[in-house]
Amino acid sequence: MSAEQTSPPVEGAGQFVRAAFSNASFVTGFVITALIALMALVSFVWTPHDVINLTVANRMQPISAQHWFGTDHFGRDILSLIMIGARNSIAVAFVAVGIGMGIGVPLGCWAAARGGWIDEALMRFNDVVFAFPALLSAIMITAIFGPGAVNAIVAIGIFNIPVFARVARAGAMALWPREYVLAARASGKSATLITIEHILPNIASILLVQGTIQFALGILAEAGLSYLGLGAQPPMTSWGRMLFDAQTRMMVAPHLAIFPGLAIVVTVLGLNLLGDGLRDVLDPRLRRQR
Amino acid sequence: MPIWRGYDFHMTLFLSKRIAIGILTLLVASVIVFSIMEILPGDPARIMLGMNATPEALAALREQMGLNVPLLERYVNWVTGMAVGDFGNSYTYRSPVIDLIAERAVVSLPLAVISLVLSTVIAIPVGIFAAARRGRMGDTVSMGTAQVGVAIPNFWFALLLIYVFAVWLRLVPAGGFPGWAGGIWPGVKALILPAIALALPQAAILARVTRSAMLEVLGEDYIRTARAKGMPRRYVLWRHALRNAMIPVLTILGLQFAFLLAGTIIIENVFYLPGLGRLVFQAITQRDLIVVEGVVMLLVASVVLVNILVDIAYAMVDPRLRARA
Repeated sequence: MSAEQTSPPVEGAGQFVRAAFSNASFVTGFVITALIALMALVSFVWTPHDVINLTVANRMQPISAQHWFGTDHFGRDILSLIMIGARNSIAVAFVAVGIGMGIGVPLGCWAAARGGWIDEALMRFNDVVFAFPALLSAIMITAIFGPGAVNAIVAIGIFNIPVFARVARAGAMALWPREYVLAARASGKSATLITIEHILPNIASILLVQGTIQFALGILAEAGLSYLGLGAQPPMTSWGRMLFDAQTRMMVAPHLAIFPGLAIVVTVLGLNLLGDGLRDVLDPRLRRQR
Repeated sequence: MPIWRGYDFHMTLFLSKRIAIGILTLLVASVIVFSIMEILPGDPARIMLGMNATPEALAALREQMGLNVPLLERYVNWVTGMAVGDFGNSYTYRSPVIDLIAERAVVSLPLAVISLVLSTVIAIPVGIFAAARRGRMGDTVSMGTAQVGVAIPNFWFALLLIYVFAVWLRLVPAGGFPGWAGGIWPGVKALILPAIALALPQAAILARVTRSAMLEVLGEDYIRTARAKGMPRRYVLWRHALRNAMIPVLTILGLQFAFLLAGTIIIENVFYLPGLGRLVFQAITQRDLIVVEGVVMLLVASVVLVNILVDIAYAMVDPRLRARA
């Protein structure tokens, strides 16, 4: 009886889509995120200017009809660089969220299913990881294993693990005492099977919302690491890397720093709006409070 | 607050449990930090002496630095040393780590405190204002601004501040720190921009949390009762609602302190401030492990301490939490 009672988001995909697209926050976030993703995809086949064959005579040009966002110290078109940089920023944040979910969610579900000392030990260990300022640790990891996009992914991903473990555990803990889970247990299903069949579909929505938030944080973290010179290395570029290059030339050419920063702000804003909208749509109980 | 009047068994139990967990957290953290530094490639003695050092000199220095002692013993020495305030000696600065930390803390600590105060002073009134005007113009505008604020990377915001206030208007220095010897004002002046850069994105988060906590409380029955018996709206808002909305706000404040400490690493690099963040960043790149270990442990310890203080503050705001310990 309680399946529909406890899992409102799962049934009626059409209803969900309708609800989502009447939510202003979701629509704005969705449009922004889609545009940024599209921009990154388009950059694989086309950019307004060639950024590999450089024309050094064009260096540090201000905004013009030809170069909408100006050019950098190598004469590369900033708009083209932002499009290409989007790939890296998105890829790093995306894989980092994947690492966090892939390891954190099973851990959290396991802790909730087993309870007892396993749960206690896992959650205490989580607390320890939370006590490390994430950015500092990410800096340590990238500095130790060498700067680069891959190590940045790992560094950011590691600190997503306890976040997802905590969210998954909290969601799963609330579901285990429910009647339909009890019924499944009574019929002899194993904890693993129950987790896959009943727990995961019902916590998928909160994981999705958390995923969007961590994605936004991942973009910011990647930017921070690259800004310190620890993330993407040339010839690769990312928005943070562009700010790193811009920093010493800001006095003469502020446009070098303005546009990559704006790209970060718009993307993170879009993702946060998307996350807020999703949460409102998936959890109507919370909407009343907001 | 009446909590400290007389002996409170629950509070004592609560405190001892919290402190025990805190110490355990620190111990586990020390094992992690030590292990990471152990697997690090690079021999500190070789880094100090350079590539052309003779094997004899190298061996002598390793002996002197205590690198020949077995692993476990080195760990125990390190932890017991820190417990009495001896963090060892820096390989590159050739001075005690604790002196380096003390020297840099006079920059980072005021910076973190100023930004925490700044973000609290801005965020809490904005959050209350938005909650009181929910759904109206003031709410929409302030929360829209906060939504943008959350998305701004603090170091980018710092670059913009430098451009506007230091390069363009020439009101404050673009970077560097004159020290506190020449009086308070030059020091504070050098910290204003970094503090604003750190504080504003934090304030945006805090304002959002304050607003939703206030809205939750404002829906409670006792608020309606207070209003029904004729209490002025303003009084209910500040006296009844704010106090009850403080718990989530305190949690975020505690988390933000940790975030601010780590955030100083980037911000100090933007402004060339000789603080803890810059110290640890340079120490990492120079493989000065003992400095990295010391500063990281100090940061973790301050996070643990702040979390304990937040929990105590909870217990003071809400006596029910004490009983649950």
